[in-house]
This record gives sequence, C-alpha cells and structure tokens, in this order.
Amino acid sequence: MSINKVYVVDGARTPFLKARGEPGAFSAADLAVAAGRPVLARMPFAPTELDEVIVGCVIPAPDEANIARIISLRLGCGKQVPAHTVQRNCASGLQAVAGAYERIALGQAQLVLAGGTEAMSRAPIQWNAAMARWLASLLRARNAFARVRAVARFRTSYLKPVYSLLLGLTDPVVKLSMGQTAEVLAHRFAIDRKQQDAYALQSHRRLAAAFDGGHMQEEIETLYDTRGNFYTEDNGLRRDTDTEQLAKLKPVFDRKYGQVTSGNSSQITDGAAMLMLASEEAVARLRLPVLGELLGHAWAGVDPSQMGLGPVHAVSKLFSRLKVKMSDIKHMELNEAFAAQVLACQAAWDSPDYAREELGLAEPLGRMDPDRLNPEGGAIACGHPVGASGARLVLHLLHALRRKGGGKGVATLCIGGGQGGAMLVRAKGGAA
Amino acid sequence: MTDTPEDKVDAPTPPAEGAAPTARFNHWRLEVRDEVATLTLDVAGQSANVLSQEVLRELDQALVGFEAKPLKGLIIVSGKPSGFIAGADVNEFEKITDPARAAELARAGQHVFNRLAALPFPSVAVIHGYCLGGGLELALACTYRIARDGSDTRLGLPEVRLGIHPGFAGTVRLPRLIGHLRALSLMLTGRTVRAKEARRLGLVDDVVPERHLLRAANVFLSTKPARRRAVWFRRVPGLAPLRPMVVRALTRQVQKKVNPDHYPAPYRILELWQRAAGEEQEALSIGELLVSRTSRNLVHVFQVGEALKREGNRHPHHIERVHVVGAGVMGADIAIWAAYKGFTVSLQDRHAEVLARAMKKAHGFFKKRLKEPRAVQAAMDRLMPDLAGNGLKHVDLVIEAIVEKVDPKREVIKHVEDTAPPQAVIATNTSSIPLETLAETMHDPARLVGLHFFNPVAKMQLVEVVRGAQTGEEALNRARAWACAIGRLALDVKSSPGFLVNRILMPYLIEAVTMVEEGVPPAHIDRAAKDFGMPMGPIELADTVGLDICLSVAEMLSGPLKLEVPDRLRELVEQGHLGKKTGQGFYQFSAKGKPKIPAAKKQDDVPVTERLILRLLNEAIACLREGVVEGTDAVDAAMVYGTGFAPYLGGPMRYVESLGETGISHSLYRLSQEYGKRFAPDPGWAQPELFGHRSPRAT
Repeated sequence: MSINKVYVVDGARTPFLKARGEPGAFSAADLAVAAGRPVLARMPFAPTELDEVIVGCVIPAPDEANIARIISLRLGCGKQVPAHTVQRNCASGLQAVAGAYERIALGQAQLVLAGGTEAMSRAPIQWNAAMARWLASLLRARNAFARVRAVARFRTSYLKPVYSLLLGLTDPVVKLSMGQTAEVLAHRFAIDRKQQDAYALQSHRRLAAAFDGGHMQEEIETLYDTRGNFYTEDNGLRRDTDTEQLAKLKPVFDRKYGQVTSGNSSQITDGAAMLMLASEEAVARLRLPVLGELLGHAWAGVDPSQMGLGPVHAVSKLFSRLKVKMSDIKHMELNEAFAAQVLACQAAWDSPDYAREELGLAEPLGRMDPDRLNPEGGAIACGHPVGASGARLVLHLLHALRRKGGGKGVATLCIGGGQGGAMLVRAKGGAA
Repeated sequence: MTDTPEDKVDAPTPPAEGAAPTARFNHWRLEVRDEVATLTLDVAGQSANVLSQEVLRELDQALVGFEAKPLKGLIIVSGKPSGFIAGADVNEFEKITDPARAAELARAGQHVFNRLAALPFPSVAVIHGYCLGGGLELALACTYRIARDGSDTRLGLPEVRLGIHPGFAGTVRLPRLIGHLRALSLMLTGRTVRAKEARRLGLVDDVVPERHLLRAANVFLSTKPARRRAVWFRRVPGLAPLRPMVVRALTRQVQKKVNPDHYPAPYRILELWQRAAGEEQEALSIGELLVSRTSRNLVHVFQVGEALKREGNRHPHHIERVHVVGAGVMGADIAIWAAYKGFTVSLQDRHAEVLARAMKKAHGFFKKRLKEPRAVQAAMDRLMPDLAGNGLKHVDLVIEAIVEKVDPKREVIKHVEDTAPPQAVIATNTSSIPLETLAETMHDPARLVGLHFFNPVAKMQLVEVVRGAQTGEEALNRARAWACAIGRLALDVKSSPGFLVNRILMPYLIEAVTMVEEGVPPAHIDRAAKDFGMPMGPIELADTVGLDICLSVAEMLSGPLKLEVPDRLRELVEQGHLGKKTGQGFYQFSAKGKPKIPAAKKQDDVPVTERLILRLLNEAIACLREGVVEGTDAVDAAMVYGTGFAPYLGGPMRYVESLGETGISHSLYRLSQEYGKRFAPDPGWAQPELFGHRSPRAT
C-alpha cells in the first residue's frame, strides 16, 4: 500500500462566540461557511474541483442533517462534490481531518476540505418521550370522544424539556457529566483548586498575548452577522480575570465539594474551523502554498469516567507508531477541556507507575514542557465548540510552528465517552 | 386523469395519428391526443412570444377548426423557455397612425378571444414565466388558468406603462374574475404579480410545480369545476350607485402619481370602468390612446431600452466572480445588487465596521426582495465580506468604488492588476476622473473600463459604460454584457468630464441654484420642473444627492464646461448644510428625511421651466456634437433611465424633435441676450446630421 504525502495548504476559523443562554446569531452551517469561504477564495482552483468535503459536528440542528453536504453546497462546491459528516464527540473536527488525511494518503483524493463546526448555543431542546407518546395517542384518536379521552390523559410533566446539550455533555454509560470526570482526575492525581485556577488564568493570559501580538489574526476570519455586528476575537477571552475572581467561582458539577468551576473549564461556545488538505501532486500541479504536513494520527480508548486521560494514551500510541519522543515535539496543542484534565495528563505522562500499569511502557514518556504546551492558551480562554476544536488545534498548531521556525507538533484531545485522539504534524519555518 | 406523459407535448415529435396537420401555422403547434387539443405557441424568429396580428390570425384559424370537432378540451401553452406571452407586438404600434385602424385591430383581437371563450368545451392556459398584457388577456379568455410555481412566473397588465390600457377585453374580463378594486389596481399600476399572489388574487386557478403542469391542466379539463368568479363582496364596488364614489377616491390616488395631461391612460381606465364600458368602448378608447403622443413617446422609451439590452447581449461576459473594492454606499450597493443577481461577489474594505454595515444592508435587501429564507441565505452566501482581499485571487471582474481621489484609486487599480488573474476585467466606478488618468500607472491600460452606476443602484436602471482612449474592445464588451446580465441598461459613453448624465444634468441644477440666488423661491422652481414632468425638482434633487457632492461635481466640470458655480452652493456647503444627510440644505428636512417644501402657488412658470430645460438641452447637443455618446436615442435612454427625465416626452432629443431644432436655438439665443452667454446656442444646433439619424444600435 502506497502512502502519499498529505499537506495542509490553508485554513481559517471563526472567532469563537460564547453561548449566552439563548440561540446564538449563527447556525453551525453559517459558521462553517464563514470559515471555509475565505479559504476557498484564496485557492487558485474553483470550489467545484474539490474531491470531498468532510465536516465534524456533534449536535447539528434538526434541519442540518448531514451538515457537511449543506456546507459544501453553500460554499459553492456544486452538486458533484460529495460530502459527509463525522461525529466523534469532542474530536469530531480532528476525525474529519484524519479522514481527509487517509483519503489523500491512499491516493483516493487530491483536494479535501475538512474541518469542524458547532453551534452549541443552538443545541435543540426536545420534548421528552412521555410527551411524544401522548402526541401520538392524540393523533391516533379517531373520533371526538377518543380525542377528549386522549386530551384528558395529559400531564404537565410532559412539558419538561430535554436539553440535548446537557445530555450530550453527560456520559450515558457511567452517568457522569464531563465536569465530574474532571473531578475524578483531580482526585486521582491530587490536583487542587489553586493549581487548576492558576492554569486557567495562564490560558487567558496566553491567548490575550497572542491576540495582542497579532498572531491569531492569521488564522481567524472576521465574522459578520446580519444585524451590523462583527466579531474579530474569541469573546470568551477574559483579559481582566485574575486569581481572586477565579477563586470566587462556585463548583458547577459537584456543587457541594467539587473543585471544577466554570472558570477552570472550557467554555460552551459556537465556532468553526476549516482546513484545506491537498496531496503532494495537487500541491505541485496547482502551486499551492504549504502550511504544513500531516504525518499521522492515533486513537485510543480509556475508562469513560476518566475520559480526560485520552490524550495520554493516544499520544503514546502515536509516538510508538511514528517513532518520536516527547523531546522531538516542539509544540503541543492539548485541548483544554478542563484545567484539571490537562494537568492530569501531564502527571500521567510523568508517572512511572502509570507508564507501566496503564500504557505498558517501561519508562514514562515524560511531561510536555509547560512552556510549549498550549503556549497561546486554549479552550478555557477561547472556548470549546465541540465539533470544531479538533480542527482548530491542527490549524493553530501549524501556524504556531511556522512562526516559531518549524518542527514537529502534536494536536490531541480527550473525547467524551473515554477516548483520546492525537495527530502528528510537521511545518517548515516561514515568514511570520 | 389521462395517462399522457408530460414530455410528449413539448417534444417536437410528429403528431400522433389522427392529429390535425400543423404545417399551415408558422407560430402555433397543434396536437390532439385523447380528444384534448394542445396549442403550443412558439413565435418564429423570436426568443419571447408576442401577439402579432399574424399570431392572432393563426389562433383564430385553429379555433375555427375546433368548433365542429368533438373535443374534451383545449390546452394553450408556450413553447418558449422564457415564458408564456410577453404581450402585444410593440413594434407594430408605430406603424399604426389612425385611431380608427387601431380600434379595428383591438376589435379583431377581441373577436379571436371571444371565439376562444365561446368554445363548446373548456380551455386552460398553462402559464410559466412572463404572462403580460395581451398574453394575460388571452389567458383570461380561457376557462381556467394554471401557473407554474416559482419566482420567474409573472402575470400582469402593464399596458398603462406604454400609455395605453388593455384592448383585448381585459378591462371587461379582469374585474369579473378577481373583483373590481383588485382589477383596477393591477391595471392602474401596471404591476406584475408572482404565481402565489396570482392565486391569492384569483387570477389563476392553481399554482403547481413544473412536473404537474400538464397533469393539472388535464384534471381541470376532465373534472370541469365551475368557472372562477370574484366573491360577492368584491363585486360590491361595481354596483352602479357606488361606481362614481370609487372612481373619485381612485382618481385622487392616481393624481398623486401622474399628471393627467401627461399620462391620460390611467384616467381613461377609470372612466371606462365608471361607465361599465363594454368591449366596443374599450376598442375605441385604446384606438385613441395608441396613436397619442404620450404613448408614442413611452413606446420610444421602451424601445431605446430594448435596443440597449440587445447591444449589451451581443457579446459574452465570461464573468462569474466579481470583486468590489470599497464598501461605501456605492461599492456596497453594487456588490449587493450583483450578488442578488446571482454572481459570486467579494466585497473588500479596510474597515470591518464598514463591511458589517454593508452585510446588514445586504440582509435587509435580500429579505425584502427574495422573501424565501433559503434564497436569502444563498444570496448572503454569494456575498463575501473581505477584509484581506482574498476574493482578488480568483476573479473575473473587479470594480473599484473607493473614495473619488486619483492617487488612492491608482493605488488600488495597480494592486488589482498585480494580484488579479490577467484575464479579469478591471472597472472603476469613478464619476469624474478621466479613465486615461487612472490607467496611466497600469501595465496594460486596455483592461480598464468605467462602470458608472447611479445612486441608488437597485433603483437606477442605467449604467454608463465608460470608454477611455486606452480602453480595449474586450474589456468594453465584457463590462457592457455584464451590466446587462445584472439587469441594468448599459450605455457606452466616452471618457470625458462628467460623462453623459451628470454633465447634462449639471447646467440644469446650476441654473436652478442661480435662480434661487436671484430670489426665486426653491419651491417655485421645483414645482415648475415637476409640472414639466421631472420626477423631482432640481433643488430637492441637489439636497437629496448632497450639496457637497453637487459642489464637487460642479467644480470638477466648471473648468472644461465653463460653468459658473453659484456662490449660494458654496456658502451652504461651508456652513455644513449638505442637504438631506444633515437635515438642512436649500430645504429643511424632517427627522424622517422628508423635505419641508412650502406649497408653491400656481403662477406663470414659463421663464423658469424654459431656463432649466433649455440649458439641459443645450448641454445634450454639446455631448452629441463632441461624440460623448452616439445618436439621439442614446441621449434619450440616458436621461430617462438615468434621471427619470419626463418619460411622456420620450427623452430630451425626442422633445427637441417635437419642438424643432431651430425654434430651440432661437430661444437659446434670446435667453443669452437676457441672461448671458451661458445660454449661447451650442454649435451643434446648426449640424443637422446630429439629429437626422438614429443611433446605429437602435436600428
């Protein structure tokens, strides 16, 4: 089996917009179009020349079935370009990029637009099953008498809505919310509230510095709504926050005794990131610019109640398969689902016991240099639109590597349900 | 339901056995299948169906042939993709000079349609695309009407826009079908309605998608539901004692829109209706109107517009992607309009807040025009706000619409030339800078052409396609064809100060301001201009456009045209009174942007009107003499479609023709004695060749 080289030639993301408790201004498809449109505009070929569009999305709206196809058509790719949607919870965007990588590596495609999108603020609110049964009985009632009887069976509890977002953020097998899995890790690795808040604060400071340094503008496209507003920055970024403010926040998942707060967790946001992937041949034929190369990816399963440790295992697999070690990695993007979870991953990589017992390694991999781990902050500051984050990590990783003179980098995420995904990339240093 | 497959009727296959021979018709195809006759109209040598006398004669023959046959029904359908029937043949109008002859033709049409209505079996008109004027009257004579769903289906009786009214019994049949007030509204405004609204009005019996058109027709023919007629309360306004009241109320409304001396047709419609007139009175009335000066001139205006469309469509534009630089009012409006018309557009500006404003405006515009949410979304998706200029990489036409200054424009044009693909046309929306100046710094100056839009873009039909001395033929042809493709009338003009429209308009505006300086009240001047037939008085126009803009155009033109810029204009601009946008200009404006114009007393307007209009005409002749445009029709098209110059007069040159050149140049001489040499007759008045022949493209 021949493996072709796979390049990322361009990409963009929208600013991530914090959910304000009501449906946001953009649908998931709107966001992906806003991110993908400028990328396609910069290409020297027409959108109709794409081989495939692959988009990750966890909770598309009810009118967004196979959202990738909708996005593809709205981007002007035409009826002949096939498109499919992938769902791997928090790593849906990374899965889309991985799928595109595989198609190009196998020589089945030359040009693939891949990415992720999520409008978490628009996650549907549904009727519960009792309501659905009652509605069905009403429809079945054939005469006036039967209808009156059906109406009489109504109970107000039927009106209790089902928030698909809350359900989506709860593990259906172990019945823990994602935040509770972070509490489990904080307990297991003895990570206290102070460490978590300090990590969260650092995330905000790092992202603010990246914006102020003009580094984020190369990957973020200004977003315009229909009411005359525009967005250039991730609006969950709190430039004014400090240790004191973070310390004041109450735990939200284990309300009484917990340590995980909204301040040291990733934010519920809307956003999209799209990448243009091309084969070596397409790069040469169309003289495409090269942002970086994708070298491979790996996936691993862990205990669902400790899903935050997914990256530990995925990276371990990735390293052993591609023969790299932690010291080869110049820059790592580890999705900040929770501060406790990032710190737990670091602790696990460092732990000889964990290496031996859980990873089957004689020696630990060693922790990632904290200065080169999420150096421009992460989801705690910018937000975690679940379907989009994986693509954002790859996009940002490539831009950051280029700016810092090139080298190898890893993008990795923990995945609700107990998985981890990781991707190894390489970029050449470029003008920045 | 019959089992006739849908594709059988449209296919040009030989008729089935037993079908009537079709060879004797040039324009109709006849097919009989399962005792249902289908007449397909496909007028020879035309892209759209029009009802010429020959077409009507052939229809009559076909109908005569049916009368003795045992048929179940008749389907009338169009063989043209563009639509059903666009109306009567306007080109035949000009050949008719005698009102009696015109009435005779109307009677002949009525006769054919009556034969159709009196067939012993039901008939159904299957309508797609345009169904206008005589075409709708034909459909009204059928027992049933079925329209294709979709935004391109348009029905209406727009005759009033050509200075006439329906003449094939439309004024009689329409009120019966949809009720009096609705019928009068359609006929008086000449507006067209889409399929859904047509069903709501009762104009059509059903609206169905393409796939069900012929099935639906066959269902109507076999089930024969009762003929549609207006419900009782819509028939009430037609009760004899109420008619005078209704007419009084409607007359008041019409008077607000049009002057009865200029546009008699709508008043004639009301008069006919008040008398509950029959077909004979309709025929006599249209006979008179058809040969009237107003109708002749409105037909002229229509035809010069059609000629521009033909000229524009002679070449392909090869344009799919458009990039507009500058998201100010003009740039944004051009981009929005182009996206609305189906082009993929990127709109560049250095400021995100300017782009945000443009996107808000775009959304409002698309929502209003397209209504359907998916169509609005598609239009928004076609319009990309573009801070970085990404759209330049892959583009077929770039339009520069930034601030009206030479250096920044040159810089943009140079950047565009360096970045955009070499085959892309580069256009500038400059209204005042010579193209040669902007092209100086280009590698290939032949690529630069002017596309001068007027404000507001969505309303003003004219676009001046500006040819600099350096402009290449290809850029010109493609720009012209593209302007046509976005539904604008593209007029070639030579790159010279003010091009055509602004140049002709400026002396007229300046004369108005000069009169204000002399002490004539602005309201008096505006009133005179409106009585002449202008859509807006010159002073109100200046206030609306913005006095700063007027001043800068006036100053730019003052050198080459030797215009004296009135001090009053300068003073107002210096005081910051810029017109509507600041709430104060020559007039005060209300918070809603309405000017407070004191009622002007009716008085002798002759000197005022004469001074205004003669300066305009004098400048028009100068433009012709200098070859800014070719042909008198071009001037008429520019001024009517670009400024709304009294359409009932047919445009300035048509007006000159009606008055005679010598008379006008004598009047100018007289005014020059009284008011100075700005009225000196242009040497062009003495060159008969300027008036003698029509523009080559109008023939």
